[in-house]
Amino acid sequence: MTAITNYFKSLILAELFRGLLLTGKYFFRKKITVQYPEEKTPMSPRFRGLHAQRRYPNGEERCIACKLCEAVCPALAISIDSEERDDGTRRTTRYDIDLTKCIFCGFCEESCPVDAIVETRHFEYHGEERSDLYMTKEKLLAIGDKMEKQIAADRAADAPFR
Amino acid sequence: MIEAIESALSFLPAGLVTLIIIVGKIMLLVLPLMGAVAYLTLAERKVIGYMQVRIGPNRVGPKGLLQPIADAVKLMFKETIFPAKANRFLFISAPILTLAPALAAWAVVPFDDGLVISNIDASLLYILAMTSLGVYGVIIAGWASNSKYAFLGALRSAAQIVSYEIAMGFALVGVLVAAGSLNLGEIVEAQRGSLGIINWYMIPLLPLFIVYFIAGVAETNRAPFDVAEGESEIVAGFHVEYSSMTFSVFFLAEYANMILIALLTALMFLGGWLSPLNGVLPASLLEGDGLLAVILGDGIHWLLAKTSFFLFLFLWFRATFPRYRYDQIMRLGWKIFIPITIVWLLVAAAMVVWKVGPWFN
Repeated sequence: MTAITNYFKSLILAELFRGLLLTGKYFFRKKITVQYPEEKTPMSPRFRGLHAQRRYPNGEERCIACKLCEAVCPALAISIDSEERDDGTRRTTRYDIDLTKCIFCGFCEESCPVDAIVETRHFEYHGEERSDLYMTKEKLLAIGDKMEKQIAADRAADAPFR
Repeated sequence: MIEAIESALSFLPAGLVTLIIIVGKIMLLVLPLMGAVAYLTLAERKVIGYMQVRIGPNRVGPKGLLQPIADAVKLMFKETIFPAKANRFLFISAPILTLAPALAAWAVVPFDDGLVISNIDASLLYILAMTSLGVYGVIIAGWASNSKYAFLGALRSAAQIVSYEIAMGFALVGVLVAAGSLNLGEIVEAQRGSLGIINWYMIPLLPLFIVYFIAGVAETNRAPFDVAEGESEIVAGFHVEYSSMTFSVFFLAEYANMILIALLTALMFLGGWLSPLNGVLPASLLEGDGLLAVILGDGIHWLLAKTSFFLFLFLWFRATFPRYRYDQIMRLGWKIFIPITIVWLLVAAAMVVWKVGPWFN
């Protein structure tokens, strides 16, 4: 008996009409497209975008050249050289991140004991040649200076969960 | 109108005037058709986008309305690449062989009473012949490309189109039995009656109507019967090696065929240019030269509206159904459609013989 009813069900294309009804309903649904350059989706304070190096409020760079980030970096994108500065502290003489290697995992930020290297919300950047995507210490510090307000706000927002 | 052009050109030899008028008629048909094809691609992207809760292309021009023009310009400026081991002559002739029948079939399509380029008696037969010829282009494209995906696509397409040709042919036989004519204009006029929609052949020939439209979808290699293209299985099937204009010619042919199938379905089963308001509104409202009578009465706008509906169905199908497996396509064509059409052919013949009303008395 079920064989016969199934036969007639398939003959009148019942299931196909149900499928058409479904897509027909979606045709009139409100569209969820985000019109990207004009509209943007909300972003988490933990967003992992372009890197930056931070400074203390008195202008001293945070990085103490512990090289934890260099050690943890799975893509081997970070290279650090360091030596003793005149005041006896250890500082980096070279802190490079090759963004063409970086996988934006955020381990460097996580491993940093002084919150020096961070990843910002900024992701709409480009390079016109390879060297543009090779971030040096100066470039990273400049980004940090420029975005410090946002970076600090993001760290504060995430602080309860760390 | 034609007489006025003839008299204006009377200083030319008579043969030349005839040629100019014929070419003019063809241009009047082909240019709007190409425009319709271009905007059908936009409609397709929009409709499918809407069904996937997206909004579709909306960047080029207001609301994306210039998108087809941007696409056309892009395709024209691309390089045509010939595969090193392809047969160059066949490779170029394949898209032409696909497009030529797709356009030639339009010669006998009537748009209104008498509004047809060539009003031949066997127009249904001619259309059947022309739509079947398109498969040669596909097969030659697959063969000439010298690529295994293209070859597989061509094989699939050949078997599929030949199979569905039979069901389609039988469905058409049903129509010509009912109308008693092979002329498309007469088929439409045979559906005229005092009951309006009820008189259209989609009621007495409902199974043939459905079979014809589904076979038409299969014939044009559209989803869910697009195994010949099968972009997720064999890349793009028969036109995988084609680029720029050679590719766009295939594209034009596919969409021209879609419009043709939609139009033919409207002509043969939905009463073509006949107004659905016949029999609903009093005849005095539908006849005459007043604006209301022109809109409500018979006319080309009803045919275009019906065609648009079927074109929307094409897009709706593509947004809804997953691709049929190859053996399922064959089973559907041979073991379901052909028996249904043969049975209903007998029913239709019986209805004609016994003059079953309101269609055949």
